[in-house]
Amino acid sequence: MPDTRVILILLFLPLLSFLINGLFGRKLPGSLGGLLATATLFVSFLLSLSAAYSYFFGSVGITGAYETLIPFQVTWLQFSESFSINMGILADPISMMMIVVVTFISLMVHVFSLGYMKGEERFATYYSFLSLFTFSMLGLVLSSNIFQTYIFWELVGVSSFLLIGYYYQKPSAVAASKKAFIVTRFADLGFLIGILILSYYGKSFDFVTLTERLVPAASTYSQAAAAAGFLGISALTWALVLIFVGGAGKSAMFPLHIWLPDAMEGPTPVSALIHAATMVVAGVYLVARLFPIFSLACPGALDVVAWTGIISALFAALIACTQTDIKRVLAYSTMSQIGYMMFALGVSGYGAEEGLGYMAAMFHLFTHAMFKALLFLGAGVIIHYVHSNDLKDMGGLRKALPITGATFLIACLAIAGIPPFSGFFSKEEILLSAYNSNYTIYIIALITAGLTAFYMFRLYFSIFWNKPQVSANEHKHEGTLSMLIPLLILAVFAAFSGFIPFSSFVTSDGIPFETHLHLEFSILPVLLSVSGIAIAWRYYKKPSTVPASVSQKTGSLYRTINKKFYIDEIYLFVTKKLVFQLIARPAAWFDKTIVDGMMNTAAAAAQVFSLSISGLQSGKLQHYAYYFIGGAIGLAILFIYSIA
Amino acid sequence: MSPVGLNHILFLSSALFFIGVYGFLTRRNLVTLLMSIELILNSVNINFVAFNKYLYPENLDGLFFSIFIIAIAAAEAAVAIAIIINLYRSHQSIDVEDADSLRY
Repeated sequence: MPDTRVILILLFLPLLSFLINGLFGRKLPGSLGGLLATATLFVSFLLSLSAAYSYFFGSVGITGAYETLIPFQVTWLQFSESFSINMGILADPISMMMIVVVTFISLMVHVFSLGYMKGEERFATYYSFLSLFTFSMLGLVLSSNIFQTYIFWELVGVSSFLLIGYYYQKPSAVAASKKAFIVTRFADLGFLIGILILSYYGKSFDFVTLTERLVPAASTYSQAAAAAGFLGISALTWALVLIFVGGAGKSAMFPLHIWLPDAMEGPTPVSALIHAATMVVAGVYLVARLFPIFSLACPGALDVVAWTGIISALFAALIACTQTDIKRVLAYSTMSQIGYMMFALGVSGYGAEEGLGYMAAMFHLFTHAMFKALLFLGAGVIIHYVHSNDLKDMGGLRKALPITGATFLIACLAIAGIPPFSGFFSKEEILLSAYNSNYTIYIIALITAGLTAFYMFRLYFSIFWNKPQVSANEHKHEGTLSMLIPLLILAVFAAFSGFIPFSSFVTSDGIPFETHLHLEFSILPVLLSVSGIAIAWRYYKKPSTVPASVSQKTGSLYRTINKKFYIDEIYLFVTKKLVFQLIARPAAWFDKTIVDGMMNTAAAAAQVFSLSISGLQSGKLQHYAYYFIGGAIGLAILFIYSIA
Repeated sequence: MSPVGLNHILFLSSALFFIGVYGFLTRRNLVTLLMSIELILNSVNINFVAFNKYLYPENLDGLFFSIFIIAIAAAEAAVAIAIIINLYRSHQSIDVEDADSLRY
């Protein structure tokens, strides 16, 4: 069992660093603030390793399962005897895995940023935001209570907002940060309503209690939740689907993905940390956290998760093939990979071998964090070198950027699912679980896997080959040591983390099981990936006119995909044309004429009345005496005659 | 000749009261208004004394009230005359019609 103090310290160290950097950062000399943040995070990382180690190697109980522990809990808001919002720490396989991933990736990004952000005016501010994000993300994954999750959920949202808008002089960055905030807030509305419905029927906010009460179909709680309904769908399904809407917003699932590509306006290391490895998988984590309820009490909601995931995966992969901005390709690839995790959860069952999809989703979350952070940090080095995001400005960089080229290649092989790189293992298990449960999803996933290999290698060849080689330039160098070391470390993990026997640590019911590699099953996906790579090799290794002519021939189809299926335009149409014109304008008219009109009428009537009687205050003493005596006489008459 | 009864005295005090009211409403001179108020107060005094004498001769409440009223009327007259003097200083007039600055 992990030490409570260790977990509390590793959680609050980033908060301390946030406060120091945020309050005194500007007064610290040089890059001291960044070093401080990196040092505290390093301690956090070591502590989370020790916490995870003591959890995974010390707490397999009598049943042979990893128990869900709550080492720390305080009552925060007591509503009644039995109903309160608690703040606590929950230790189970996925939270322990996540704190390691979060602190590790965050540490890599902190180290990388020491070089990448060097000389920025708001260097300390940048580190304070990074620390705030790390604190919020750790709090999110360690929450024992769905309301606490919601609080930290909003905190990661706000730190994401701050970091996307870090270059606040750029109007596009400001617009992107607003867009990210508004879209995810909109989704969080669903999350909040979902929480309220779920806790209304579960009579609790604690994950453990909710699971205990809502999973058994015979319990009074789940019967009440199943009996109540709206539009023919039970309250429990509504609650879970609405919670998933929140998760889909954060994880950039179709159709709430529109903020993620724009979020690439932030500094590149931030994209690696927040918009690739950690925050965007919060939605996956949330579904995994509530997985027993999804899987056992409400399979219908899980189908929504599965289909949203697979549609997002294919949709994003298609768009990624046509983008020319390096970070946008990576953003769509992130969306596609998160779609993989989502549908893996969606097709998964509960318990042991049935729960393969759950385990595979968590496995993919882990490996994806490694190789996608590596890709983004590599992209950071490239952007640092060529000072452009556009693929047109790149090409032939492999001699100029040897380390980046090699690590980027490893990451591409990993994401394409080529054995023995890490992505191969997690993707195989996802495909296997899809194959076992839903054939349509399996086919789409296969196509997506092929597309993934194609667009990643299109990216790789366009950056490092394609044009005549650029030889190493004396004035330009690849980057500081602090930028290259994280690349190398991450490359090791991207290459080899697939060999971690994940199923003996993270499973849906906590009971470890053995996974076997089915070689004959792996042939098809690997073949597809290899052919994707081959096509990219054929057309992008050397300058070629074929891609241009293909895009010419497919005309409108290509344009549709290149314009991201016009989803942004649809959103703009719905908001600007429909919502603003049909709802906002009439509402504004109603407010201005009816609501304000009522107020104005009342005020005008009072004014007219008071003007008409203001002559009574004439200043003449004897007039007042008349009124007074008249009143006195009137009262006297009234009393005398009414009493008589 | 019948002896003087309560009714006679009440008649006197009512007459005095309404003379006072009439004076208060019609006179312009502030000193005259003050005198009218004295008439009104004294009509009340007469009522007190009369009711005391005819209805509750064993008590002295009415007499005490009259004494109070006389004392208060004296104080009130002092204040009122001070006001009138100040008004005269600022307006060069003690006509009540001229003192109408406090109006809408």
